[in-house]
Amino acid sequence: MTTTLKWKPAFRHLFMILFSLIMVYPVLWWIGASLKDSTELGSPSIFPTAPQWSNFTKGWNSVPGHTFTDFYLNTFGLEFAVIIATLLSCTLVAFGFARLDFPLKNFWFSILMLTLMMPGQVLIIPQYTLFYQLGWVNTYLPFIIPHLLAGGAGGSFFVFLLIQFIRGVPRELDESAKIDGCSWFGIFWRIVMPLAFPAIVTVTIFCFLWNWDDFLGHLLYINSVDKYTVGLALRMINDSQSAQEWGQLLAMSLVSIVPATIVFMFLQKYFVEGIATTGIKG
Amino acid sequence: MNRSTTTVAQSAVKTKKSSYFRSRWNAPLAGYLFISPWLIGFLALTAYPLFLSLYYSFTDYTLMQPIKWVGTRNYERIFTADPKFIQSAKVTFTYVLASVPLKLIAALLVAMILSKAVKGISFYRTAIYFPSLIGGSIGVSLLWRNIFGIDGVFNKLIGVFGFEGKGWITSPDTALGTLILLTVWQFGSTMVIFLAGLKQIPNDLYEASSVDGASKVTQFFRITLPMLSPILYFNLIMAVIGAFQMFTSAFVITNGGPMNSTYVYAMYLYERAFSRYEMGYASALAWIMLVAIVAATLLISYTSKYWVFYETDTGGKKRK
Repeated sequence: MTTTLKWKPAFRHLFMILFSLIMVYPVLWWIGASLKDSTELGSPSIFPTAPQWSNFTKGWNSVPGHTFTDFYLNTFGLEFAVIIATLLSCTLVAFGFARLDFPLKNFWFSILMLTLMMPGQVLIIPQYTLFYQLGWVNTYLPFIIPHLLAGGAGGSFFVFLLIQFIRGVPRELDESAKIDGCSWFGIFWRIVMPLAFPAIVTVTIFCFLWNWDDFLGHLLYINSVDKYTVGLALRMINDSQSAQEWGQLLAMSLVSIVPATIVFMFLQKYFVEGIATTGIKG
Repeated sequence: MNRSTTTVAQSAVKTKKSSYFRSRWNAPLAGYLFISPWLIGFLALTAYPLFLSLYYSFTDYTLMQPIKWVGTRNYERIFTADPKFIQSAKVTFTYVLASVPLKLIAALLVAMILSKAVKGISFYRTAIYFPSLIGGSIGVSLLWRNIFGIDGVFNKLIGVFGFEGKGWITSPDTALGTLILLTVWQFGSTMVIFLAGLKQIPNDLYEASSVDGASKVTQFFRITLPMLSPILYFNLIMAVIGAFQMFTSAFVITNGGPMNSTYVYAMYLYERAFSRYEMGYASALAWIMLVAIVAATLLISYTSKYWVFYETDTGGKKRK
């Protein structure tokens, strides 16, 4: 009996260590491969024999007429606009649903819940024709405007997450603020928003990640290279280069996941909370 | 959730002061003002486009030329004379039926092991979650294309164990498998949800049942699964909806090939709409996809009464 008690956790840890290594191995190999010469790219070893830092420098400049600096600036600019738009709209909407009473509220709330499950691809064609007629193709407006209207990549999720959080903020705070003559907007801005800070961080993180990976959207609406996002630029060098430059391609791909990794490392607490409380996918 | 709102509201009404403020402050206008961004967005960018695409599906529309009503012709062609529709639907169904169960089972198994390993849990969780953090990106798709290529590291690794390598991405019978593997590799986020759910199960249940002589297997089927079933249900639906729309990895890693073996439905939709600008035909394809997703969701929720267990239920496994 005592031996099984000792052995079981040990075995479990051994299994988990091995399993974690298998899960992470492709990423570790990737880091090594980004520094490898094309002749040793197929090698399973994580460590390159002679690190080729030129993979990064050449890869960074591999798009004629542009550098990846441009693409990162584009992507971060787009992300910044989209995140601001999301935070403005989703917090207001969530406050309205969580705190105010108005006719048909339950009806609209069930519609909101339905849109959580709405397959976005059904809407891409009519949305494209709308934005096309408005002359918004090859601008960032097809991303910013939907987010400003609590939509876009994950909009309903963010509203739902914020509603759940605001419902947990004690109502007594509202009541006392009302007695002191505070308006609804005042309650929203001065009381609920500061308390909803953790949820706002979670929304910001996921808004950032999902827009970073919104490849289909970028592919549809961004046509000219000077507006390209990082994902589109990667696809372009993937399509245009021969197999000889795999090292550069892997180096540039690796750099493209660095922002998400940094966000994850520093804000891990908010990640796990966000995923666990709402069932949001990562 | 609505229940708690009303009880708080009712308790507020009890005091005279707040009943005065209720009447003054709960003007319907304020509520609608707060939700107006979402309401406008829903009407203009979801509801209206939804009906617009239903209308397009009965027309010929190429963006440049005026819209021409063609009745049900698009649908007739899709169902009777479109081998690519049949192929892409087959690929997508295969992908959904393989990737969703594998991903959920992997997530559940690892979550169960992890829920018992107290030391080092955050390390394991990070390692296993990380792939799902980055997995949807173009970068990882490119990595996958290299790893499973004919000269890729996967072939070198299995070569060590004496297996013969092949071009996993360039063979029609294994290409879809590599994409499924990429999806299953990202089970970490689902696992984190299961892990949170497992922690909610009261330990008394296990203690009481082991006093009664229940085995681990019985405990799993009689306690763990039923208690976790609402979470499983939610994740199943979201995973199915996501899998139906799979696009990026098929587009970047295999571009639908070889021999259309990874030509998923979303790629066909994309090609019709944005390479050939046949917006009417593509809208019909989109509506068929919507109907398929709704049907799958309804099927899952119909079966849910036999396997999803809510704590508020009284008594046996099955609900009325």
